[in-house]
Amino acid sequence: MSAPLSYDPQPPRPAWGVRVEPHKALSMGQGIRIAPLPRQVRVPLDLTAMRVAEAIVAPGDSILTGQVIARFPGPGGNAICAPVTGRVRDIAPCPVPVAGNYQARCISIDTAGEDRWSEDCKPLEPAGSLSRENLQARIARAGIVGLGGALFPTADKLRTRTPVNLLILNGAECEPYITCDEMLMRDRPERVIHGAAIMLRALGARQAVIAVESDMPEARLALKAALAETDEPGIGVAVVTAKYPAGGERQLIELLTGQEVPLGGLPGDLGIVCQNVATAAAVSDLFRQGRPLISRIVTVTGNGIGQPGNFEVRLGTPLRELIAAAGGYAQPDCQLYMGGPMMGIALDSDELPVTEASNCLIVSTPEEMAAPRPEFPCIRCGECSRVCPARLMPQDLLIACMAGDAERQAALQVDACIECGCCDYVCPSQIALTARFVQAKAQQRHWRLDQARAAEARERSDAHARRQAERAAQYADGPKADPASGEQAMKDLMARLGQRDPTDD
Amino acid sequence: MTDHRSASPGPHAPHIRTPVGVALIMRRVLYALAPALVAYVWFFGFGIVFNIIIAVVAALVTETVCLRVRGQELPVFLGDYSAVVTGVLLAFALPPLTPWWITALGSVFAIAVAKQAYGGVGNNLFNPAMAGYVALLVSFPEQLTNWLPPRMGDLDYEPLSLLASLQFTLTGALPAGFSLDAIARATPLDLMQNELGQMRTVEEIRGSFLFGDFGGRGWEWIGNFIALGGFWLLTRGIIRWHIPVGVLSGLLVCATVFFLIDSGIHPSPGFHLFSGGALLCAFFIATDPVSAPSTERGRLIFGVGIGVLTYVIRSWGSYPDGIAFAVLLMNLAVPLIDRYTQPTVYGTGASNR
Amino acid sequence: MLAVVVLAGLAGLAGAGLLFAAGRLRTDATAQVVNQVDELLPQSQCAQCGYPGCRPYAAAIVAGEAPINRCAPGGDSTIQALSHLLQREALPLDTRFGEHQPAQLALIDEALCIGCARCLEVCPVDAIIGAPRFMHTVLQDACTGCELCLPPCPVDCIDLVPRPPDS
Repeated sequence: MSAPLSYDPQPPRPAWGVRVEPHKALSMGQGIRIAPLPRQVRVPLDLTAMRVAEAIVAPGDSILTGQVIARFPGPGGNAICAPVTGRVRDIAPCPVPVAGNYQARCISIDTAGEDRWSEDCKPLEPAGSLSRENLQARIARAGIVGLGGALFPTADKLRTRTPVNLLILNGAECEPYITCDEMLMRDRPERVIHGAAIMLRALGARQAVIAVESDMPEARLALKAALAETDEPGIGVAVVTAKYPAGGERQLIELLTGQEVPLGGLPGDLGIVCQNVATAAAVSDLFRQGRPLISRIVTVTGNGIGQPGNFEVRLGTPLRELIAAAGGYAQPDCQLYMGGPMMGIALDSDELPVTEASNCLIVSTPEEMAAPRPEFPCIRCGECSRVCPARLMPQDLLIACMAGDAERQAALQVDACIECGCCDYVCPSQIALTARFVQAKAQQRHWRLDQARAAEARERSDAHARRQAERAAQYADGPKADPASGEQAMKDLMARLGQRDPTDD
Repeated sequence: MTDHRSASPGPHAPHIRTPVGVALIMRRVLYALAPALVAYVWFFGFGIVFNIIIAVVAALVTETVCLRVRGQELPVFLGDYSAVVTGVLLAFALPPLTPWWITALGSVFAIAVAKQAYGGVGNNLFNPAMAGYVALLVSFPEQLTNWLPPRMGDLDYEPLSLLASLQFTLTGALPAGFSLDAIARATPLDLMQNELGQMRTVEEIRGSFLFGDFGGRGWEWIGNFIALGGFWLLTRGIIRWHIPVGVLSGLLVCATVFFLIDSGIHPSPGFHLFSGGALLCAFFIATDPVSAPSTERGRLIFGVGIGVLTYVIRSWGSYPDGIAFAVLLMNLAVPLIDRYTQPTVYGTGASNR
Repeated sequence: MLAVVVLAGLAGLAGAGLLFAAGRLRTDATAQVVNQVDELLPQSQCAQCGYPGCRPYAAAIVAGEAPINRCAPGGDSTIQALSHLLQREALPLDTRFGEHQPAQLALIDEALCIGCARCLEVCPVDAIIGAPRFMHTVLQDACTGCELCLPPCPVDCIDLVPRPPDS
């Protein structure tokens, strides 16, 4: 396990992936700025369909910043904290910036222009004195979730059943335009390291490595300088080649350790836990400042924004207010994207709230992003499989998708697709590959279910037919010849059911 | 039961794309052939220019007709330059003096039968240019073996004039005072095969003025310029190294082994490399993505197969150059190669089970 | 003359061998194809196709007695798959044998059920449990939504509802 740290500064070069114009300098002109307090926030309760929180406040309630306003059912104790001080207006479905025009139930809070903090928000130092379980519980109660985009509750990820050897802090922010993690590591490296140390304790692990990309030397130097000043043992910095998608969880693990996470498995199967550097900083803020997860750093960038940069924004802030804080629209016909250009989603409104997953808001001019072009037939150039980090064969999967052949899709392991978009990027025929694979992955679940159900139905139907045949044979032999047997069978049945005699009435 | 077929989805990530489209790829292939064309004209006269024009026009007309019959969108599919590339590659394979109708027929066959009948661009099993060439080679063997002698610095040599070339291309006859028998020569490969068949040694045969330092005189220089264009395509990422390396190594390894065994009856690897269509095939013909395997390992195997088959046909077959047959034979093996060279998907390897 | 006799004899032998082989092997091969066809059918056992279940329909298809476009629950995708397997033309679904619709589920209104046990007998996959004069209920995981339990019910207490996704 000591191998990863020795990659610094000569990282291995992955064969997969694409080099994309980074556009990162655009938003790195100045440090992290604090966005003004929003006038209204909307806090989604069910941002992912898998985890649905229950509000514990009602419309009209006054709430303080940092107060717990919703809880997730289950033993984890995960909560959602109020990002602002104000009054609950309503709890209703609202559009949120996630894929598929999804509407989430949101707590809307009108702010009062002040920022009074809940009594609960007290520093928890020294974290070293707290037990593993206690650390996990505090992190759960502070509403800290993975800020890399998957929104998985951090505390749940720290409660591992199998021993963990290595904690990877993912600072390999590989998508173009996005700079929030890099700015965080440059401006606040000590928080990342402190958070990493607490996570190590909460995991019961000894070694952590902060992964940065080879094109972020400032972040690497800042982290190294901060490391030199602390006495946290077991934390190192590793450099990975700046190539998209080096920062994908599975790809990063492959680059750092040479191991592959099994398909359908988790990094935990290899004794590895991955956390985003911003999540580590949020953990540090909780223990050092008593600040639960009420804000995140968002990159606001693109040619269509007045003053691009990185902003620390309260969660739930409408994008409109964030855009205003970043100097407003530079021209009228801008298009908004949430996330990077490779995996982000196009938004149709600036009224949507900032969420824990909102790492980047791109305000692009019409020329900046590729206009949709018609698809051309696949010429089987194989560029897609050359760049695929999962080593899939997109050109063959495309055929299976167009034919609707779920069996072939399964044979080609469509489930291993990480939806990074590299195949689309390089495709000279401009074929929408990733979007088809996303659909296919969803259909795979249905297909497996259909298969399993059909198999069971076949078995049951065969059993039914057999039984009927047996009975027919019995009747053919003459049921009247032995009426006692039928009666006896009925009695046996009733006795088994332990109920009354059918001859009662 | 759920319906699992997928249509093209709506707006989706990624929102950026490489500017390299199919049309640009095809255009770059054409640019890469330009230096070789200049060398070709210098050594063998203007015949190839007329061949290219005829082949390309015939290819485009055939493509238009086929697309219209198939009810496809004309501007989209004509604008991809793939028919132009097919025409140009076919013209490169034909002798400089070829009657126009033979060139046109080859082009029509390449597009209509080898490409559009299979469903158009992206669906053809065989390399269209090579299919067209082979159709001509088996139908008109005589016309396809009449080459011109190369222009040579040290001999008093008058290449066929522009007009004379044009006249032959259009009418199949040369101006008064010229006779085809007098000016036409076999290709070096042809000569080598014939003479070897008459029990002469490589040494003796190479004494002919048709031979240069390694391969055929003039052919060597054209080969250099073809390789130059090929390297440019490699640096631009239009083609990848697997197929050229496979073809050339397959051919050269065979040639070296037999050359070492008996250099008297087996020409040197340099001769094989710089004669006939070896370099054109390695960089421009075998690298046609549609009819080649799409895995990297598969492309290596495909290339080596073409190289070995080419050597076999050149040495023991009845045709002087085996490139076209080798390519078509390996095209047939592509589905099989693709099937057995699939990479192990991330997280499904043996170490992960 | 001898050559003709020898060749005719050889041909006769080969023909006899083939005839024998066809006779011996045919049942197996047919059963195999029936299995393959059965694999592609949705196993709703609904009998809408006019055969008493999926396997009988599969057998009828293989025997050439039934066209491949009678399976309403399978819809177009099943017809495509059958067409691919058997190299027969993919016809549109014959809607005289039912319309393709999303997966369904039988649900017994337990307040109305009188426990007549008539539906137990007809369920092709034994997905209804109960006994005479006891309330019946449907095993949701096993129900194929075939609708065969609807006609025998004297009190119309069985409803078909869309199957919830991912259940």
